[in-house]
Amino acid sequence: MSEEIIKDVIVGEQEDYIINMGPQHPSTHGVLRLEVCLKGETVKYLIPHVGYIHRGIEKMCEANTYQQIIHLTDRMDYLSAHMNNEAVCMVVENAMQVKVPERVKYIRTILNELNRLASHQLWWCAFGMDLGALTSFFYGLRDREMILDIFEESFGSRLLHSFNTPGGLMHDVHPNFQNRIKEFIKYFRKKLPEYDQLLTGNVIFQNRAIGIGLMSKETAIGYGVTGPSGRGSGFSCDVRKIAPYGAYDKVQFNEILATEGDVFARYKVRMAEMWESMNILEQLVDNIPEGDFTAKMKPIIKLPAGEYFQRVETARGELAVYVVSDGNKSPYRMKFRTPNFSNLFVMNEISAGCKIADLIAISGSLDLVIPDIDR
Amino acid sequence: MSSNIFDFATLTGSIHTWLSGMMSSGWVIFTEMVLVGLVFLLMYALVGLFLVYLERKVCAIMQNRVGPNRVGKWGLLQTIADLIKLLMKELIPIRKSDPLLFNLAPFIVIICSFLAMAALPYAKGLQAIDFNIGVFYVMAVSSLSVVGILLAGWSSNSKYSLIGAMRSGAQIVSYELSVGLSLLAIVVFSGSMQLSTIIESQANGWWIFKGHIPAFISFIIFLVASTAEINRGPFDLAEAESELTAGFHTEYSGIKFAFFFLAEYMNMFIVAALGATVFLGGWMPFHIGNWEGFNQIMDYIPSVVWFFGKTFFLILIIMWFKWTFPRLRIDQLLTLEWKYLLPISLFNIVLIAFIVLMGWHF
Amino acid sequence: MNSIAKYFSDIFKGISSLWAGMRITGKYFFSPGAIVTQQYPENRATLKMEERFKGEIVMPHDANNLHACTGCGICEMNCPNGSIEILTDRVANAEGKMERVIDKHIYHLSMCTFCGLCVKTCPSDALAFGQEFEHAVFDRSKLTKVLNQPGSKIRKEAK
Ligand code: SF4
Ligand code: SF4
Repeated sequence: MSEEIIKDVIVGEQEDYIINMGPQHPSTHGVLRLEVCLKGETVKYLIPHVGYIHRGIEKMCEANTYQQIIHLTDRMDYLSAHMNNEAVCMVVENAMQVKVPERVKYIRTILNELNRLASHQLWWCAFGMDLGALTSFFYGLRDREMILDIFEESFGSRLLHSFNTPGGLMHDVHPNFQNRIKEFIKYFRKKLPEYDQLLTGNVIFQNRAIGIGLMSKETAIGYGVTGPSGRGSGFSCDVRKIAPYGAYDKVQFNEILATEGDVFARYKVRMAEMWESMNILEQLVDNIPEGDFTAKMKPIIKLPAGEYFQRVETARGELAVYVVSDGNKSPYRMKFRTPNFSNLFVMNEISAGCKIADLIAISGSLDLVIPDIDR
Repeated sequence: MSSNIFDFATLTGSIHTWLSGMMSSGWVIFTEMVLVGLVFLLMYALVGLFLVYLERKVCAIMQNRVGPNRVGKWGLLQTIADLIKLLMKELIPIRKSDPLLFNLAPFIVIICSFLAMAALPYAKGLQAIDFNIGVFYVMAVSSLSVVGILLAGWSSNSKYSLIGAMRSGAQIVSYELSVGLSLLAIVVFSGSMQLSTIIESQANGWWIFKGHIPAFISFIIFLVASTAEINRGPFDLAEAESELTAGFHTEYSGIKFAFFFLAEYMNMFIVAALGATVFLGGWMPFHIGNWEGFNQIMDYIPSVVWFFGKTFFLILIIMWFKWTFPRLRIDQLLTLEWKYLLPISLFNIVLIAFIVLMGWHF
Repeated sequence: MNSIAKYFSDIFKGISSLWAGMRITGKYFFSPGAIVTQQYPENRATLKMEERFKGEIVMPHDANNLHACTGCGICEMNCPNGSIEILTDRVANAEGKMERVIDKHIYHLSMCTFCGLCVKTCPSDALAFGQEFEHAVFDRSKLTKVLNQPGSKIRKEAK
């Protein structure tokens, strides 16, 4: 819907108190601009404006080879860089009908979950900070640092690792990899209950979160809200369960669902997903099969002409990659369906009538990453 | 009893006699006022800067960080460096703001906190003015600063500032009640509003111990309500940086911002000092009933140390609040006051009046 | 009656939940050993980056100032953002035949995204990641580096 249409639908009045949240605002986590119309402290409606860091990644993909595209996808949802990489890799592998070694699948799944953990930790920090609990920010970052160290040891970079390549991995993981993950899980299992004591149980926090930003299952489906935000409304949308990829069919895990649909439900889903991720990691980390870290691939990848599609579950929802190939070494058209784009636009629907402070809580609970919206 | 606490009145008295020997009485008063003003100015700056440093260090340690450690030993000079930076910064004039009010607001805020300092007893005999309505005076003056905050929010012609100022108005007006009622509890106990009398009445034990549970309840209410009154987390809705960027002082820069910042910390000092004076005996050492020997030993610790020790203890608690809790929402803030704190403190007052009437307190 | 009981139980539940949070921050306040901050400029002597750390692209030279780059230009081709420029020369070798050698392997650190494709695709393994990470300079042109050292030659493998 374009801006004008929205403006027509919601009749703006002369004395509407309109404030711009963003593009420089401490809790929009990036350059998101929300045009908020207030009545006192109450939000009447809001219009999200996107595009402040649009980099044209989809267009850039059309000029790059498939190997080169990987490093662009890192920069969409930088907190689930690995999942983004994997989505593109899987599209190419499926199109080329390459059989990826089991080892690669296991390692990729482990990295997925590690990345999800790191992302949820950062979300927890930022969410706490949005609500004014500044200490949570540092506890979360402190624990996330351990995951980033694992990443750094194996891939040489902490955030944007570009570690996947069509057919497998860039190189093998570090020999320490498994031990450090086990160490981390041991450590984090002790720290996660502290998160609950500091924030989850806190009466102020609960008052701020329970019953705020109600999103019904229909709304979630209607807007395509996926990931933990959608699952907080009872929308069962976990791609890991629906269409297992990687090694997800070999592990036992639950899809976390909550039915309340409020900020606290989304919070609970993410907290439970952290526990679940650790379970998945524990099942996988000792069973990584031996083998090659990559399948044999030609140096120049040319997808056969046609259309290819793959979806994965990132830390924020469902990322879908759609490629149209005309048989050349770069795609004819590449489309990313990024989760945050849909998650953002549900905000107007669920935040009408709430307070400004709730608006912050809602946007925090949707866990928006702005570069993923703008691409 | 407690005769061997050093009485600062002897020191100030000797200065007075020395000055009187040199000039006429009008000049003596004038000189003394200038002297007291200078001392307060110095203390204001030092305590304020130290509090900023303390807060940064305390929150850093709570958050597993080191905190300021670059300027000076353990970063002790960090706030001085920050102050110099703020002094050198450009004062940005805001277009379409109300220049007079915009410039006036920081001064109102800082003067209010300055005024309140005058009535605090820092040690035995060390008090600028010992009003007979000291408690009332400190409360009245410190709540005046809301005027400055409202003006700041209104005159900066910024939407965020206005929301912040309005929140602050609602907040201070309602929490003032609870602060007053909880202080009233001790006024009822001691039968006086004069701070020196209140302190003297605690010579055989602080009110928080002597006043049974009601005194403790009013102490807790005082802590909560005064944290709210000075706009500190978890009640920092007027600034709420994640919602309103910086609330009422969004548009201020340079030294005018520093005034707000300093006044905020000094207000914290003032409420902590007031709480320490009223509930924890101010400069009065820790005495238990009539255990003379124990009380004698306690008296050897100077009264200034007692005062600042208690004050900083309360300040640490207030900081502990801020760095643990999430922020409340505006309606929850008012709910807390009107549905919980106010009824409880009203009931508490009745209880205390009853206790005092029956003579059940020590 | 019920509502009054609820009123007070709410208060106590609230206070106990607040106390739980204060215990956590209080615990860390009294255990400064939990501080995790690294004192960066001070610990420079002991700070060691992971061996795989992607700090910059380097071209390892051995003791005789020899490197492995043949000047084939594959890295230039594979770089997604043009961070690498290869300038080659033709010189006569021992048998008098003209041969392509690298003249300048120009690397723009300012544009590199550390994707690792150049290192991975180089057929003669002439490139590697360096661990240097203090890249702040006052002039952007200083970020453009020539990777092959002056006077260096290609290492000839024994046939
Ligand atoms: S570095 Fe490697 S890929 Fe690049 S020109 Fe030299 S030999 Fe070729
Ligand atoms: S790491 Fe990637 S971006 Fe950097 S020079 Fe190599 S190929 Fe280019």
